Amino acid sequence: MILPVAPLLVPLGTSLLCTLTSNSVQLQRKISLLGSLLLLGTAIVLGVQVADHQSISLASGSWPLPFGIEVVVDRLGALLVFVAALMVLICTLWQMGDVDPAHSSFFYPLLHGLVAGSCAAFIAADLFNLYVWFEVALICSLGLLAQGGTLKHLDATLKYFALNLVGTLLLLTAVALLYGATGHLNFNALAMSVQYVNPAIMQAVTGLLILAFLVKAAAFPFFAWLPASYHTLPAPSLALFSALLSKIGICALIRTLSSIFHPSPEPLLSMLGIIAVLSMIVGVLGAAYHWDLRRILAFHSISQVGYMLLAMALSTRAGDAAAIFFALHHSLVKAGLFLCAAMIFKLSGHYDLRKVGGLYAEKPGLAAIFLLLALSLVGIPPFSGFWGKYLIVRECLVQGEYLWAFLALLVGALTFYSMMKIWLEAFWKPHPSAGWQAAKIVKPIPVTTGLCLLSVIILAIGLFPEPLIGFVNDAANHLRGHAP
Amino acid sequence: MTSRAHIAEVFMRGLYPVLIIASFWMLLRGHNAPGGGFIAGLMAVAASSAYALIFNSSKASKKMPLLPARLSVSGVLVALASGLPAVFQGLPYLSHPWWTLSLGGFKLSLSTVMLFDLGVYLAVWGAIGGICLHLIETIEENL
Repeated sequence: MILPVAPLLVPLGTSLLCTLTSNSVQLQRKISLLGSLLLLGTAIVLGVQVADHQSISLASGSWPLPFGIEVVVDRLGALLVFVAALMVLICTLWQMGDVDPAHSSFFYPLLHGLVAGSCAAFIAADLFNLYVWFEVALICSLGLLAQGGTLKHLDATLKYFALNLVGTLLLLTAVALLYGATGHLNFNALAMSVQYVNPAIMQAVTGLLILAFLVKAAAFPFFAWLPASYHTLPAPSLALFSALLSKIGICALIRTLSSIFHPSPEPLLSMLGIIAVLSMIVGVLGAAYHWDLRRILAFHSISQVGYMLLAMALSTRAGDAAAIFFALHHSLVKAGLFLCAAMIFKLSGHYDLRKVGGLYAEKPGLAAIFLLLALSLVGIPPFSGFWGKYLIVRECLVQGEYLWAFLALLVGALTFYSMMKIWLEAFWKPHPSAGWQAAKIVKPIPVTTGLCLLSVIILAIGLFPEPLIGFVNDAANHLRGHAP
Repeated sequence: MTSRAHIAEVFMRGLYPVLIIASFWMLLRGHNAPGGGFIAGLMAVAASSAYALIFNSSKASKKMPLLPARLSVSGVLVALASGLPAVFQGLPYLSHPWWTLSLGGFKLSLSTVMLFDLGVYLAVWGAIGGICLHLIETIEENL
């Protein structure tokens, strides 16, 4: 009777224990590693459970529903908890190496706190509870951002905080209005009672809710917090941010659109489609303009969020399944790319592409891994991104949205351009200064393990996509229940 | 602080334990029926802050059972752990079973809710107390 809340308890406990041991980094490291492995184990057990049963749930404190606070682990939740567990494991490993680790005794508590907040948001079955865990994740990510302590970091923190606060207030307003209109907060209870509410009010509240989640997911035109803050982070925090933060919004949005407010109002869906397309295009163009590696990758995140929104805007089972698949793929690939960027920075001392080069001769292995990740992001077979884009474009064509399908492919081509820009500039071209020597990485094993683990998973998804596609199809079916 | 207020110091030495005992009583009794971890924690914070104002913040911090940050973290851990006994009885996490202890004439009812409230009490004392002491410390530095 504790398994459904384990994705929350394990990282929360780890975070607290890491705070208690804040005077010994060695001990923190061990606890963090143990906590990450335990979370990974929990995620796998949950995955097996939800593959057998549809979902497992728990109302804490034996309170009767819909009054008790419920958590429900369904396939979507289990999959995202797995991603979070994998990422926190890789971040802990990365922290043991010497490639841009975070230097602060509060890194581990905040890291696990962020994971606890996001995992709890993935499994929350109660709108207010979801809001609370959004906040926990927000506070922990603010802590991680402010850790550098310099003016640059505080500037990024302030921008991040101000923009996310708008999203948070929108969310809180929507929660309050919804509670006023229906008297419920539990997702199931809401899904049953929304049909009795005045459709105009319902449409306004749903719109507000979607708006709040769009801010959290960094979609156009609310994405400003993402490129304003990401480029100041150390590598492990950056990987975790890119893998988890926007996914909290995406996960909440999928649940809202497909299982609570179903059928979603048509005007909202077409709005979402337009926002998705604009996010895709603006993100990829922003990336093409920049030369700082981290900014390029941050802008690509916006573009990729656009793909997920596009799949959701189709509002079909296959669309939801494609969005979930894409979210998983994007978490892994983008985290891997950010970690590669940190390696480039460590080797050459710069994030600016104009000041680096010649890394292919120094590190052919890194060049190969980067190429694999970049091609996967672009969506070239046989990597995971191909299947993600294939599912989305196919569903666009099935639904008769030819323009959206065309734009998705066009954005793919532009993504290819900026990925190749990075690869050619950082790896292929000779280094701009003649007497340049690559910096030495003293402890390469932890970081290499992390990167290889990610690459192997991405390659495995690319080569054997059927089990995962089956899983996300079931997840989408479960989300939509009996609705068409 | 440059000047010391002797009468206030003597008075405070006696008052501090009374305030802490009062906060414990509030923890057990609650301000309006069963236990009140939060309000009791705030009372303990008031005791610590008063102590810090009359002596100084580092002495007040030493009077707390643990350093403020550690105290609040331990409190949350206690609260999280209080949900576990129910799990071993097959109930959902954070259910709070009750036991009755017969002590001769009267019956004592015990529950893991008490542990949860104790956790809240420690967390509030540690977190809010830590913030208050830190604020008082900045005032001390500027004097």
